[in-house]
Amino acid sequence: MFYFIGKRAFQSLITLLLLIIAVFFLARLTGDASSVLLPVNADQALVDEFRARNGLDRPMLEQFVTFFGNLLQGDLGTSLRKGQPALDMVLQAYPVTLRLAFTTMFFVIVAAITIGSLAAHRPGGIFDRAVTISSLTAASAPDFWVAITAILLFSVQLRLLPTSGYGGWEYWVLPILVLVLRPFGMLVQVVRASMISALSSPYIRTARIKGMSERRIIFVHALRNALLPSVTVAGDQMVGMINGLVIIESIFGFPGIGKLMIDAVLSRDFPVVQASIFVTAIVIFILFILIDLIYVALDPRIRHT
Amino acid sequence: MTTPSIAADAESVSIRRSVPIWLLLWRDKPALVAAFWLLLIVACVFVGHPLFVDDAAVVNLSARNAAPGFEHGFLNLLGADPLGRPLLPRLIVGARNTVMVAGSVVVIALTAGGILGMLAGYLGGIVNTVIMRFADLLSSFPSLLLALIVLYVLEPSVANLILVLAITRTAIYLRVTRAEVLELRERVFVDAARALGGSNAHILYKHISPMVLPTLGTILTIDFASVMLSESALSFLGIGIQPPEVTWGLMVSQGRNYLASAWWLAFFPGLAIMLTALSANLLSSWIRTVNDPTQRWRLEAPAKPRTKE
Amino acid sequence: MTTTVPVLTVEELAVQFRTGREIVRAVNGASFAVHKGEMTAVLGESGSGKSVTATAIMRLLQSPPALVSGGVIRFEGTDILDLTEHAWRKMLGAKIGMVLQDALTALNPVYPVGKQISEVFRVHGERNRRVAYDKTIALMERVGIPDPVTRAEDYPHQFSGGMRQRVMIAMAIALQPTLLIADEPTTALDVTVQAQIMDLITGISREFGMAVLLITHDIGVVMDYADHVAVMYAGRVVESGRVGEVLRHPLHPYTKALLRSAPQALAKGSRLNPILGTPPDMANPPSGCSFHPRCPSATELCRAVAPPRYVTEARLAECHYAETADEYA
Repeated sequence: MFYFIGKRAFQSLITLLLLIIAVFFLARLTGDASSVLLPVNADQALVDEFRARNGLDRPMLEQFVTFFGNLLQGDLGTSLRKGQPALDMVLQAYPVTLRLAFTTMFFVIVAAITIGSLAAHRPGGIFDRAVTISSLTAASAPDFWVAITAILLFSVQLRLLPTSGYGGWEYWVLPILVLVLRPFGMLVQVVRASMISALSSPYIRTARIKGMSERRIIFVHALRNALLPSVTVAGDQMVGMINGLVIIESIFGFPGIGKLMIDAVLSRDFPVVQASIFVTAIVIFILFILIDLIYVALDPRIRHT
Repeated sequence: MTTPSIAADAESVSIRRSVPIWLLLWRDKPALVAAFWLLLIVACVFVGHPLFVDDAAVVNLSARNAAPGFEHGFLNLLGADPLGRPLLPRLIVGARNTVMVAGSVVVIALTAGGILGMLAGYLGGIVNTVIMRFADLLSSFPSLLLALIVLYVLEPSVANLILVLAITRTAIYLRVTRAEVLELRERVFVDAARALGGSNAHILYKHISPMVLPTLGTILTIDFASVMLSESALSFLGIGIQPPEVTWGLMVSQGRNYLASAWWLAFFPGLAIMLTALSANLLSSWIRTVNDPTQRWRLEAPAKPRTKE
Repeated sequence: MTTTVPVLTVEELAVQFRTGREIVRAVNGASFAVHKGEMTAVLGESGSGKSVTATAIMRLLQSPPALVSGGVIRFEGTDILDLTEHAWRKMLGAKIGMVLQDALTALNPVYPVGKQISEVFRVHGERNRRVAYDKTIALMERVGIPDPVTRAEDYPHQFSGGMRQRVMIAMAIALQPTLLIADEPTTALDVTVQAQIMDLITGISREFGMAVLLITHDIGVVMDYADHVAVMYAGRVVESGRVGEVLRHPLHPYTKALLRSAPQALAKGSRLNPILGTPPDMANPPSGCSFHPRCPSATELCRAVAPPRYVTEARLAECHYAETADEYA
C-alpha cells in the first residue's frame, strides 16, 4: 500500500513541476509588473531601476533558473507590493481559509448524508421531491448573489449580523451559510442517487430477508456502499470550494488565501500569485491522496486487486 | 384434436404502447416549468435580443434608479439603473451573452473531454497516464484563478473567456468518459466487435460512444448551469464580459454599489441567473429519471396505488 | 398425502403489476402447500410467475408497481399478509429463511462474510459478540466451508460461486427456521456444485425437519430432490402432486411437454423436443385455457372456456381433459 502512495506522490510531483513551469512563464507573459505598480507617468529611469532591482530585466530562462533554485531552498520570492516573503504571506493566509473550508465541508457532509439518505428511502415521495428541489436551487444559486442578498437581508435590513470583516463567530455565520449552499446542493443529489442505487441492489434484498429494521438496512448496508461515489464527489466539491472561497473571502473581507490571490493577480504581484498557486496545488494533491486512501479503506474490492 | 395454431399466438401478443415524452414531462411539474423557462430564455436569445437591444441602451435621466413598478412604462417594470436604462430589456438582452457563452463552453468541453476520455480509457498505458496527469493538472487549478491569469495575459474577450472556461470544464467530461469506457471495455460486446475485425477507432466510434453519450448528456445540462455561474462570477469580478456588452453577472456587479438604495439592480439579474441554472438542473434531473428504467415508471404510472387489495 | 398440517399454504395467490398503462397479472391463482421435513418444488419456465410467487410470500414485492390482489398465504396457520411490518420482520430470518440466486450480487461487497452471517444472530437478539461469532464458525463448518476461521474475515468477492451459495445457506438456516425458501439456488452454478448444494439443503432439511420450498425451472433437480411439485404456467398452478406421481403420470399437457423436452430423458442422438410456441404475454393472456395456443391436444372448448380444476386425493390438474388422462380415477 505504501508503494501505492509513493507512486501517486511521484506522479503528483511531476504534475506539480509542470504546473510551476506553466505558471511561471504564463505569469510573466502578462507584461511587466512595473507597468502596474508604478505610476503611469513614472520616468523611464525609475522603471528601469525597479526592473533591475526585482530582476525583471534578465532573460526568461535565467529568471526561471534563479526562481527554481530559490524554490528548492524554500524561498518563493518577495511580494512586489508589500516587500514581505511571498511564502510567508501565503502561509499566514492559509489557516483562515482552511478553517472556513473544513467547517463548511463538515456541515455539508453531515447534512448531505442525513438528508440524502432519508430522501432516497422514498424516492418520488413528498420529502424527496422537496429535497430535490431545494438542493437543486441551492446548487444553482450564484454564490456572489446569495452573499449580497444575505448581506442585504441580515445586515442591512435586519441588522442581525455584521456586513463583513473577520473576528468572532458572528462574522463566520454568513460566509459559511453562503459557502455551504452549492456543495450541499450537489452532494445531497449524489448521496441520494447512490443511495437509491444501493437500495435497489440485490444485497439489500438479502438484508431484508434477515429481518432487520429499515434503519439498519439504510445506514449499515446501503450507506456504506453509497459512500463510495459520494467520497469522490465530496473531494471534487472541496477543490471547487476554492473558487467559492475567492469570492466569499473578497466580499466578506476574510484574510484568507482567496482574497490574497485575487489581490495579487489584480495588482500583478507575481511572487505571491506563484506562491499561492504552488501551495494550493500541494494542498489539493494531498487532498486527492487522502481521498484515494479513504476510498481504499471503504471498498475492500480495491484492496485485493 | 386440432393442430396447434401458432397464428393464434398473434392474438395474445400486443405491442406495448410506450408513454409519449410530453406526457412524461407533464407528470413532472417542476421539470415542466423548467422547460418553459428555458424556452423563454431561448426566445430571449433569438427573438428578444434584436427586439430590445435598442431599448436596453436608452438613457432616460428622468427614470434614474427608478424602483420596480409601472410608473415609467412597461419596460421599467423591474426598475431602472443609475442612467435610467430600463432593467427588463437589459435582462433580456443580457440573456444572449450569458447563454451563448455557457453553451459554447459546454459543447467545446464535452467534445474535447469526451475524445480525450475515450482515448485514455480505451488505449490505456502511457496514453492514459499522460492524459490523466493532464486532467489532474486542470483539476488542481482553481478554475477561477486559471481564468484570472489567462484573461490577464490575453485581453478579456468573449472568445478567450470561452476558451478558458472550456479548458477548466474539460476534466470532468474526461474523467466520466474514461470511467465509462473502462467499464465498457471489459464487456463482451467489445470482444465480439474485435473478433469481427473492428479497428480501435471503429469500436470507439460505433460501439462505445453511443453508450457513453447519455451519461455525458446528463452532465451537460448540469454543467451548463455551472458554467453560467462561473461566467457570472468572472464578470462580477470584472474580468469576464466587459461593458458595453452586458451579461447578468456584470449587471450584479454594477448593482452592488447601489445595494442599499436600488437593490433591484443587483437582485433581478442574479435571480435570473439562479432561475436559469435551476431550470437546467431540474431538466437534467428529469432526463435522468426518464433514462433510468428503475425510476421511469414513477412518471409513467398515472396514479400510485398504495395499499394491497 | 401427508396428514399433518402444512407449514406453508398458498391459496389462490394473485399478484399484479402496473406498468405504464397496463396491468400484468403475473400470478393469477396459485395454490400449493409445503410440509414439515419435505421439499415442495414450484416448477416453471421464466415468466411463469414462480419467482414473483416466492417474492410475494416473503412480502418483498415493491408496491407500487406490484400488488397482491388476492389470495391467502398461511405460515403455521397464521395469515402472513395480515401481519404488521414489525411482527413479520421478527419472523423473517428466524422462522423463515431464504436463499437467493447469484450470491455474488446478493452479498454485500463491503463487509466480511463472517460479519454478514453473524448479523443474523445479532438482528434477532444475540447481544454477545463472542457467542454470535462461535455460532457463525460452527455454521460455516456445517455448510461445508473449509477453514472457517480464516474465511470468515474474507469478502464475498474472494469466494467461488459455490462457496458463496453456502454462505447464503448459512445465513438462511442460522436460526433453524421452520421453512426455507430457495429461489433458483443452483441456476448460477456448475452441475457438480449444484448437486453438492442440493445435497446440503436436503441434508439440513432432514436434520432439522425444515420444510423447503424450491423455486426452479430445472426438472432434473425436481426429479432428484423434491417430494412434491407444483407446475406453474402463465401465473397459475396447472398441476401438482407428489413428484413420483406427477412425473410418471402427468395429467396436464404442459407437464407432459416439459417432460418430453427434458434433455435428461432422451436417448443419446435423439432430437430435442421443444415446446412449440412462446410463453404468453401476461398483459394479454390467451382466452380460455392459457396453454391452449401451444397445446397439441387443444380443442375448441380449450379456447373458449377456462379449464376447471380436477382434484383428487393426491393430485391437482387444470385441464378439461385431465380426468380422462387420469387412469387411476
